[in-house]
Amino acid sequence: MNRLDTNQTRSEVIDRDFLEHRAKLIDIAAFLDRCERAEGVDDFRLRAIRAAIPLLIDGQSERVRRILESFSDPTTGPIPEAPGKGASGAWEGSS
Amino acid sequence: MRYIDPHAHMVSRTTDDYEKMALAGCRALTEPAFWAGYDRCSAEGFRDYFNQLTSIEPARARTYGIHHFTWLCINPKEAEDVGFAREVMQVIPEFLAKDNVLGIGEIGLNKNSKNELQVLEEHLEIAAQHQSLVLVHTPHLEDKQKGTRLIMEAVRNQPNIDPGRVLIDHVEEHTVKEVLDGGFWGGMTLYPDTKCTAKRAADILETCGTERLWMNSACDWGVSNPLSVPTAALELQARGHHPEAIDHVIFKNPMTFLKQAPAFAKRAEAIDVGHRPE
Repeated sequence: MNRLDTNQTRSEVIDRDFLEHRAKLIDIAAFLDRCERAEGVDDFRLRAIRAAIPLLIDGQSERVRRILESFSDPTTGPIPEAPGKGASGAWEGSS
Repeated sequence: MRYIDPHAHMVSRTTDDYEKMALAGCRALTEPAFWAGYDRCSAEGFRDYFNQLTSIEPARARTYGIHHFTWLCINPKEAEDVGFAREVMQVIPEFLAKDNVLGIGEIGLNKNSKNELQVLEEHLEIAAQHQSLVLVHTPHLEDKQKGTRLIMEAVRNQPNIDPGRVLIDHVEEHTVKEVLDGGFWGGMTLYPDTKCTAKRAADILETCGTERLWMNSACDWGVSNPLSVPTAALELQARGHHPEAIDHVIFKNPMTFLKQAPAFAKRAEAIDVGHRPE
C-alpha cells in the first residue's frame, strides 16, 4: 500500500493543531450551555451528541469512525419511501 | 502545483472561481449532473441542463485553460418519482458520445428508499450497456454508511460493471475501508461542515494509503470551497509529505481513474503536460 506515512512528531501535531481544537471543544461546551439555557426539551440530535462525547475519552482508537457510526442509521434495508430530501445528522430511530 | 478537481458543480459557480482554480493549478475538472436545489418539472429541463454541461461549461472552462468533463444522470434527490426518472434516463444516451462526457453520475442514493434504489439500478444498466465509467454519490450524514453498503451491493449485482470503473464519492472514516476493500475507487469531498475537512482527508490518506483515492471540492451552490483541493495539498505539505506523493494524490490518481474513459484518455497527454484545451 502506498502510504503517506505520518512525518510529524506528537509535539509538532500539538503545536500546529492545539489552539484550533481547543476552540472547537469550547464551541461544543458553549452549544450545550446554550441548549440548556433555552426553553424546551432535548431532541434526538442533542441526545446523539451527548452519547458521542464519551467516545472521545474512552481510550479506544478510531474515534472518528466510531462517532460517525454512532450518528448513523444502523438498519440495512431500503426504506419504503423517501420522507424528504434532507438529512439531520443523527439517526432519529436511536431515540 | 497541478491538480484535477474531479467533482465540481461549475454551473453554480462564478467565472471568478474558474480563474482562481486556474491560478491555483487546476488542469482539469469533472462536473457530475446534480440536483439544482429544486425539482425540475420536465425531462426537457434535463435536456437543457445536459446541453449546458456538454457545451456551455466546457467553453467557460476553456477560457481559463481548464479541461472540462462531465457525467450525466438524474440525481438521487429527484429519483423518488421513478416514472419521471425514466423519462430523463431516456434522454441520457443522446449525450453519451459528446466529447467531454465521461459516463454516468453522480448516481446513487439520498434517503435509501426503494425507488431511489430502483433508479440507481436502471442507471447502472445504462452504464453497463454503454461500458461507461460510473461516479456515485453516497447519502449524507446519518444515511451514509447504510447507503454506501446498499450502493456497493447494487453494483456487485450488475455483472457487467467492474468495481475498478466505479468511483464511490463522499467517503468518510466509517465508509472508506469498505469501499476500498470492495475494489472500488473512493472520493473524499472537502466541505467545511459536512463530509471531510482537509485535515481529516489527510488523516485518511495517512492511515488508509493513497491508492484508489482522490479528493474533490464538490463546490456547488451550498457551503463549499472551489479551492479545497489545493488547500488540502497545503495541509499535506505542512505535514512534511513529499511533493511527488502529493502530486500522486491530487493529480495522478484522478488521471488514472479518469483515463479509463475514452473522452478523457484522448486529452490525458495534453492535461499531463499542461496544454490548454483546444
